[in-house]
Amino acid sequence: MTQPLALPEDDHDGLFADSEEMELSFGPQHPATHGVLRLKLKINGERIVESYPVIGYLHRGTEKLFELHPFFQNIPHTDRMDYVAAATNNQAYVGAVEKLLGLVVPPRARCIRIILAELQRISSHLLWLATHAIDIGAMTPFFYTFREREILLDLFEDYCGARLTLNCMRPGGLPYDLPVGWTGRCAALMADLPGKLDEYEELLTNNRIWKKRTVGIGVLPPEVAIDYGVTGPMLRGSGVRWDLRKALPYDGYDEVEFEVPIGRNGDTYDRYIVRMIEMRQSVRIINQCLEKLPEGPIMAKRPRVMKAGKDAEIYHGIEGPKGEIGFYIVGDGTPNPYRCHVRPPSFINLQSLPELCKGALIADLVALIGTTDIVLGEVDR
Amino acid sequence: MTSLIESVRTTVGDTLFYGAVSPLVKILVLLFLMILPLIAYLTLAERRILGFMQARLGPNRVGPWGLLQPIADVAKLLVKGDSIPLRAVKWAFVLAPCLVVGPAILVFAVIPLGPRAEAGGLSWFVTDINTGLLFVVATASIGVYGLILGGWSSNNKFSLMGGLRSAAQMISYEVPQGLALVGPVLLAGTLSMVGIVEAQKADRFWYVFPQIVGFFLYLVAGVAETNRNPFDLPEAESELVAGFHTEYSGMRFALFFLGEYANMIVISAVATTLFLGGWLRPFPNVEALAFLDPVPGVIWFALKVFVFLFLYIWFRGTFPRYRFDQLMDLGWKWMIPVALGNLALTALVKLLVA
Repeated sequence: MTQPLALPEDDHDGLFADSEEMELSFGPQHPATHGVLRLKLKINGERIVESYPVIGYLHRGTEKLFELHPFFQNIPHTDRMDYVAAATNNQAYVGAVEKLLGLVVPPRARCIRIILAELQRISSHLLWLATHAIDIGAMTPFFYTFREREILLDLFEDYCGARLTLNCMRPGGLPYDLPVGWTGRCAALMADLPGKLDEYEELLTNNRIWKKRTVGIGVLPPEVAIDYGVTGPMLRGSGVRWDLRKALPYDGYDEVEFEVPIGRNGDTYDRYIVRMIEMRQSVRIINQCLEKLPEGPIMAKRPRVMKAGKDAEIYHGIEGPKGEIGFYIVGDGTPNPYRCHVRPPSFINLQSLPELCKGALIADLVALIGTTDIVLGEVDR
Repeated sequence: MTSLIESVRTTVGDTLFYGAVSPLVKILVLLFLMILPLIAYLTLAERRILGFMQARLGPNRVGPWGLLQPIADVAKLLVKGDSIPLRAVKWAFVLAPCLVVGPAILVFAVIPLGPRAEAGGLSWFVTDINTGLLFVVATASIGVYGLILGGWSSNNKFSLMGGLRSAAQMISYEVPQGLALVGPVLLAGTLSMVGIVEAQKADRFWYVFPQIVGFFLYLVAGVAETNRNPFDLPEAESELVAGFHTEYSGMRFALFFLGEYANMIVISAVATTLFLGGWLRPFPNVEALAFLDPVPGVIWFALKVFVFLFLYIWFRGTFPRYRFDQLMDLGWKWMIPVALGNLALTALVKLLVA
């Protein structure tokens, strides 16, 4: 039997009588925390004095699960980490396994991988834009971006049958070739997308209120960003030109032309602009890949049972939509990894949040959670 | 119709008729045939119009074009469990929604939907008091108590912050709103709502033309007063969950909702009356448009109100939300000085012309 709560007589009067700072538990059930992030806030009026992210509400022991399954069965686990960017997770994991086993991916598979990864980048950024805008109070971009994201997800569905947890890559190549007519549909979407991006930018980029809410908010100086190990658009927003696709090209990114946008002030607005330009660059990459898509096999010759050598270890990181997503795998001569550690961009970018929201207002906090672009599935794993 | 009114009048006698029967009937008609259905269908209109703006459909399953949706909503809200948090201050928690919705509806008493009675008919307003506008402003400002009480009594930190935000916001924006309203009053020389429209008829132009600055100030302040986007900070759902009404459910929540929409209509109706000539047709001074005269005044009034309501919905589909300190900046540093300047200019011109 549950006891009713004891009610102190003077609760309402004593609650804030002699304290200026208030503790506020922001989340895990809060519309703006993008899942189950909890922030312990100490606030003075609306101003945040201190913030402390509490994570772990979505912990599923993914890294342990990796050890229990053979290399090729672990790909679905990666889908469920950053569940809005499954393709890039797949790509990072299979890339690590390929390095570990010395598999050489055929050119057609590499090209299709780039297309899938860039489509995923666009879809992840669209979702980010939608939630970021709705956090700041602009409701309409949400529906516009979801309209386009829907078509993107249809493309994924046509390719591999899944829309979110794609499981669309295998060590050594790809599970399927592109279905008939897929490239045409993809090209049609890519032709549409720049116009749609203009549409979103028309609503936000020069909007006075949008600028007031983002310019100069959450400034992350480049040194601080590097100290925290922040990667991806967060780092580039601070003006550091670091993109693994350029710095350590993988899967043939050195064969396509694109630019890496960087911000100047390191504020929320710059990170917004960087991501908007990245989507346009992704369109550019996909167009190039669709044009030069080579013929040939989509799977490398690989052993029937994939085993890593004893004490073999590898780290392979790629540029995911949110930053560097990397896998550190240790083999012990069995078909299962001995240890598989993930370098999740969301988790590491989240560490900078207390730094960003020092002295900010509650309203800024939601903008800042939006601009870090975290997915709690990846933070907690 | 006229004969029916006449027969009732002769039966009960003039005093009783004009003192009790006619206002009572008008109040009932106004409340149950106009305001409440208008609020209900405003929610539907908002959802449908936002839907069209946002590449989606909006509610369209209940009845043709979703026309029965508001009724379904009300039925749902009425049968929903009504929970009061254990640690809430009960009397305030129960009182708060009433304090929001009551004054909002009360204001309609002095809003003229149409002209005065011609011989033997009824006039298009419940009452015309000589301090009508003062009554509107005073009554409307009671509503803020509801929001503060609701936010405070819920014993929820998010509600409390929502309540505090609404207190600061609504009190701040009442100042430029009041100052903007003085412009038309100066021009008309009366506080009576009917009198102001009649003055616009006599002056042969709508007051929006000489008072364009005041009109925009009133519009912006009005959006802030009703806590609508881009000034919807007290209930900013991404920051404060649902702000002051986080803990409310069922019909109590619906009352807050009702109050917000009633306030939207009030602000629109007052703006129509003071700036857009109330029930007058467009350009009352242009003879070429005289063919519009047979259209009843109430139609013009409704059309103008709908334009404002559409504007409210349009804002919601377009703008992000202001931050709290930016909102205060806008109110105190821009709108109040501009309103004061506008007032001084209006007074000066009035003095020179008269």
